[in-house]
Amino acid sequence: MNLVKKAFLTFILVFLYAPIFVLIVYSFNESRSMAHWTGFSLQWYRALLQDTTIMSALLVTVSVAVVASLVSTVIGTFAAIGINVMTKKVRIAVEFITNIPVVNPDIVTGISLMLLFIFFRITLSYTTLLVSHITFCIPYVILSVMPKLSQMRDQTYEAALDLGATPLYAVYKVVLPEIKPGIMTGAILAFTLSLDDFVVSLFTRQGVQTLSTLIYSMARRGINPKINALSAMMFVAVLGLLLIVNLRTDRNS
Amino acid sequence: MKKSICVVLTLLFVLPAFAACGTSSNPSGDSPDKMKLYVLNWGDYIDEDVLAEFISGHPEIEMHYDTTTSNEEMLIQVQNESSIYDLCVPSDYMISKMVKMDLLQPLDFSQIPNFENIDPAFLGKEFDPENRYSVPYLWGTVGIVYNKTMVSEPVDSWEILWDPDYSKQIIMYDSIRDSMAVALKKLGYSMNSTDPDQIAQAEAELIRQKPLVLAYLVDDIRERMISGSAAFGVMYAGDAITCIEENPDLEYVIPKEGSNVWFDNAVLLKRSQNAEAAHIFINYLCDAEVARRNSEYIGYSTPNKAAMEMMDDWNEDPIFNPPKEVVDRCEAYVDLGDAISLYNDAWLRIKGQ
Repeated sequence: MNLVKKAFLTFILVFLYAPIFVLIVYSFNESRSMAHWTGFSLQWYRALLQDTTIMSALLVTVSVAVVASLVSTVIGTFAAIGINVMTKKVRIAVEFITNIPVVNPDIVTGISLMLLFIFFRITLSYTTLLVSHITFCIPYVILSVMPKLSQMRDQTYEAALDLGATPLYAVYKVVLPEIKPGIMTGAILAFTLSLDDFVVSLFTRQGVQTLSTLIYSMARRGINPKINALSAMMFVAVLGLLLIVNLRTDRNS
Repeated sequence: MKKSICVVLTLLFVLPAFAACGTSSNPSGDSPDKMKLYVLNWGDYIDEDVLAEFISGHPEIEMHYDTTTSNEEMLIQVQNESSIYDLCVPSDYMISKMVKMDLLQPLDFSQIPNFENIDPAFLGKEFDPENRYSVPYLWGTVGIVYNKTMVSEPVDSWEILWDPDYSKQIIMYDSIRDSMAVALKKLGYSMNSTDPDQIAQAEAELIRQKPLVLAYLVDDIRERMISGSAAFGVMYAGDAITCIEENPDLEYVIPKEGSNVWFDNAVLLKRSQNAEAAHIFINYLCDAEVARRNSEYIGYSTPNKAAMEMMDDWNEDPIFNPPKEVVDRCEAYVDLGDAISLYNDAWLRIKGQ
């Protein structure tokens, strides 16, 4: 039985990490090809750091992800707090409306945003890309904050008011700490969604590239090994970030 | 308390603006006296150092360099009303389509002195007969890459892709026009045929061939051919050069029935706000040294005569620089207009088999 458990675990780990492992190994390959190994080399890492197009796409992707996740977390959290105090009927209706974008296919979101911008004669640019990312991130933040709010007992907020806090002070001192895990989840979710996004970015920008659209545009000529090097570095960065977060929570508990 | 609202609101408005400034490709941001140049090219289709040198060598131009995947996508990006692009690099048939749609403006060749570097053989083509709208950037052919260790007989015809001896060893190019072109050429027709009967015959050929085909692929063809997992692959000449470098057992052939020859040319869009900067960039691309570096980096052939003269070892490579009589056998794609729906329908039936 124990053997089965271990085998299953190994299988899952291999399944999840084998592709990334192959990619990292081949980022050190001397040859441009993924078909055979010709020798160890750091040339793709060097080429990557010198590639202004990829580097500016990386900057765009990360800056959009950071700003979009921050802004959508703020908007989404306050929206959730507002939705939570609505009467039941209205709340259900509003929650329903905010959930639609979550299940809506990305391509519909992307095209409709593009049409909206064109309709209002707004030129597609970095700003429209950012606004679009904020837009599709907000519902996810609401979705992750709402359960924390319904878990919270209303009495704590009322008690704060009874003890003389103004509503805003009570939200700041009582509600926000209580729902903090939900906010963090929402922020991280928004960050990864924005980082990952391809479809919405494809339609809502002009003159700037995100990593996903840039890599896609390389398809005609085949994926350059520089992209392997970039993916390897991003994987290591995310791994490092997760380790730091987990070690900190371990220490706290 | 009011303070925290203020902080949040300020963050909301300031952060996006701040980020917008910080990430435009030029660190100085939106300075009004700079000429903004929006270029739409194919992905990985310029030597990065060449681009970087242009940016540092022309401080008066604020460069926004964007990339795309296909001619059709390029068209969508430049035809919408709020398009900001000045310059793009479409292929032959898309240039004629863009001319028809009135999306382009004639170039001012007095601002492109380096134009004289371009080999006249690449001018006056069907898609731009008077050479008013476009400047050749790169060109190439399509042919068969085969593995000499797996094929004993001589390869000189598209017929071999229908040979049952090589069942499941043939890789076809997964695009409508490129696959249909193979079948049409094999039958001795034009690859721009709009005759429903000829298209139906080509469709039947591809359906007949399908059991022999290992896969319809695009990018993976290179890797599969290098690793020796297929005997034949339909491929662009420039990609074939890369493959042969990796695996010397491979060979590239333009079949005797003829094939596709394509041209990617730089064009100036009608909506361009900064034709002056666009001309400076086109002129830069025509510089012999720049053209040589781009061509060597990408591996595709350059129409730049002055650049060719600097590339001795490349010149002798018949894949990179095919003899004139071979090129003369080849056809460029033309915009098919409504007839493209015949191809689309045929393609759906082929892929659905």
